[in-house]
Amino acid sequence: MEISSSTVDGVVVAQIIGDIDGKTAPIVQQKVVSLIPDGGKILLDMGQVEYMSSAGLRMLLLVYRQAQSKGSKIALSGLSEDIADTMSATGFLDYFVTSTTVEEGLQALA
Amino acid sequence: MSSEIPGLEPDAVNPAVTEAVPKKASKGKKAAETAPVAEAAPAKKKAAPRKKKVDAAPEPTPEPAQEAAPAAPAARERVQLEPAVPDYSNVDSRIDFYPTHEYLGYRIRAGKPLPFGATLVPNGVNFSVYSAHATACTLVIFDKGDPTPKVEIPFPHEFKIGNVFSMLVFDLDPETLEYGYRMDGPWDPAQGHRFDPSKILCDPYARVISGRDVWGQKPDWDNIYPHRSRLSFDDFDWEDDKQLETPSEDLIVYEMHVRGFTRHGSSGVKFPGTFVGIREKLPYLKKLGVNAIELMPIFEFDEFEHSHTDPETGEIDHLNYWGYSTLGFFAPKAGYAATGKRGMQVDELKALIKACHKMGIEVILDVVFNHTAEGNEQGPTLSLKGLDNQTYYMLTPEGYYFNFSGTGNTINCNHPVVRNMVLDCLRYWVSEYHIDGFRFDLAAILGRAQDGSPLANPPLLESLAHDPILARTKLIAEAWDAGGLYQVGSFPAYGRWGEWNGKFRDTIRKFLKGEAGEVGEMAMRIQGSPDLYSSRGPTASINFITAHDGFTLYDSVSYNEKHNLANGENNNDGANDNNSWNCGAEGETDDPWINALRQRQVKNALAMMLTSQGIPMILMGDEIGRTQHGNNNTYCHDNDLNWMDWGLVEKNKDLLQFVQHVAAFRHRHPVLRNRWHLSGRDYVGSGYPDISFHGERAWSPDWSSESRTLAFMLCGKHARGGTVQDDYIYVAMNMHWEDHAFELPYLAQGLQWHVFANTGAEVTSVEPGDEIWLKDQRTFWMGSRSVAILVGKAPR
Repeated sequence: MEISSSTVDGVVVAQIIGDIDGKTAPIVQQKVVSLIPDGGKILLDMGQVEYMSSAGLRMLLLVYRQAQSKGSKIALSGLSEDIADTMSATGFLDYFVTSTTVEEGLQALA
Repeated sequence: MSSEIPGLEPDAVNPAVTEAVPKKASKGKKAAETAPVAEAAPAKKKAAPRKKKVDAAPEPTPEPAQEAAPAAPAARERVQLEPAVPDYSNVDSRIDFYPTHEYLGYRIRAGKPLPFGATLVPNGVNFSVYSAHATACTLVIFDKGDPTPKVEIPFPHEFKIGNVFSMLVFDLDPETLEYGYRMDGPWDPAQGHRFDPSKILCDPYARVISGRDVWGQKPDWDNIYPHRSRLSFDDFDWEDDKQLETPSEDLIVYEMHVRGFTRHGSSGVKFPGTFVGIREKLPYLKKLGVNAIELMPIFEFDEFEHSHTDPETGEIDHLNYWGYSTLGFFAPKAGYAATGKRGMQVDELKALIKACHKMGIEVILDVVFNHTAEGNEQGPTLSLKGLDNQTYYMLTPEGYYFNFSGTGNTINCNHPVVRNMVLDCLRYWVSEYHIDGFRFDLAAILGRAQDGSPLANPPLLESLAHDPILARTKLIAEAWDAGGLYQVGSFPAYGRWGEWNGKFRDTIRKFLKGEAGEVGEMAMRIQGSPDLYSSRGPTASINFITAHDGFTLYDSVSYNEKHNLANGENNNDGANDNNSWNCGAEGETDDPWINALRQRQVKNALAMMLTSQGIPMILMGDEIGRTQHGNNNTYCHDNDLNWMDWGLVEKNKDLLQFVQHVAAFRHRHPVLRNRWHLSGRDYVGSGYPDISFHGERAWSPDWSSESRTLAFMLCGKHARGGTVQDDYIYVAMNMHWEDHAFELPYLAQGLQWHVFANTGAEVTSVEPGDEIWLKDQRTFWMGSRSVAILVGKAPR
């Protein structure tokens, strides 16, 4: 599990590498939440996440709530088709701005 | 019902809750006394990150303090995966968040006896299970999918209160946990006891059951615990959704099978045969005009129950396709969810229900509380049989199973404990899934005492009728059972229960095929069967012509006989009283006259149903002429016999449009949707009774036994008891094989008759509101076997 962050055009971009399951979800959550800027924007680059369990999806929703409470906007980029399908079927996708690439995500947040 | 789990509630309103997942213990923090069980990272599951790239030597990074702002330059850090040290920092406030006992490294304490089932609580899971006759109970824990248990924890003696074993086990991973119980007790079938500690039993309150995660995937027959209890989070975000509470009289119900609706290759949905597949097709249902879907059983069942394997090919056929054989009353069927393989069927089903409500469509569940999948003494021991056979099943004095359900066993649903389980279950589906109503399979059983005799005041039915949580849900009974109890019109309704009106079905079918002596009966059925439901009103009557049991509508006008050989019982299964007529040829034919008549007969049937008082129910696919090739008992076929062929949407688009029109017409006209029975009197001073009957002569219907014609008129001034204004509606039914002229009743000054539908005409219907003015306001010629719907309104 690796998480790297950078700031591009005032947007925090957090790249997550690895599977997100019951074990790694709390770690990802803690790290990502710490990166959410108050009243700012954060983009999660999920292009390197192949598998996400139910706990991973719930973690994303929690992160979304945290972003809301900080008055920040959040977007996801690079979701694999499988993960996007799972999120769509379970209703989780409705909460997120999503994009295929990081660049598109930055535009969506602009 | 569900306990609040800090960190698992998506509710960000409460800042205390946004502290999701406790922060990891900092290095200096004192670990708990006992060696942690470290979430037992299973050996076979990888906990380490995938080798995606060449990892730098892992450098233990200290936990970052809450940085005020994220570092601007790219900061790359590897997050170490360490065994999770149990951290109770968020719940220091309560001393009962700590274990009191330890067993093989598992930390436990006495649990709470209520609620039954497995409940997530801070730091652990509360397990609670009831048995009146067990002498000991053991909790069996598996890691997901493992063939053998990870640990078995006997309930200490002091953890039992009354007849309830309860235990709180700490530090379990809810995602990988599968659990069950072993029950020790007497093996004494004559006394009703069948305890067998070699069996691992599914929790009757399990909210998720694994083992059949993907429909039709061959199971491992040697699995020692094939249907496994799991936890559900029950943290779905409903936003502002709630039950629609549509008035019953306004419903048009659509009975459907989750898999059958979209499984066919022609459906075009991404995940055929699933909950999310239905979601994709909601626009179709909306356009059709239905505002409630009734889902055939969606509680977890085993599609392989009683399946046949072809010794030659290894092919499995004869599945338990309909699913009237419940494994767990609290768990949705994983195999109906595209995400079932991830164990996310709960969320997928909730997402469907939420989407339905957004579209104005209610969701009614067909529930089976009359029997379970455990069969009789020959059947498997999966759950109730091994937990407390004598409590859960109706037994003969010799200890055998009563069989009022026709499937081997009968649930003892008027035993107080079982009654509460049924109540818990329904409350759960209403509160946790926002279900709008229930249809109870073989509901007459729910009114039987523990010895099988019918009760005058069945406590279960009374409890359900008056329950505070179920108060606004629809309760619909299939008011008969396989033991010969037939209660249509006499079901103990407590003013709350509606019924599948079998008499409506039989009368319409007989009249439709031109049987003599049905005109008087028809008058009753059209009015919502006041002969059966005088005190309950028309909404007690679910008006249907077809349902999953029996012929489809198209088959009822295409077959005289059932053709059930494919079911493997020499055509002996299925009903014989189908009241069907094939229009002159048995099955498919090239004869254009016969095919045209069949189309007309289907339209006639639906037109009669959709203009009757009461709650109409359409069977999936009848709107496009779905066929089961004459099979009237397709419970076991996972193939074209049951899958809706969406190609028929194009092929029978004229029929589909007709149904859309008539459904829209019903929604447009409140005079068709009265809450209370019509009186046949004029009580608003319009000069017309609320309903009047006619025939070839206005005001003078032919009630004789040879008559096959009937017309009725509804006075628009009496709509909804005179509270709203509507047009006048006149429906003429000529089920005779000859044409007849119907004399139209005079309308009040300024109103004229217009044609909305005429199944005997070239164009059989128009958009509601675009009715065509009739040149001849006195006489209306009806072709043979046709139905016409006229509207009396001011001409444009």
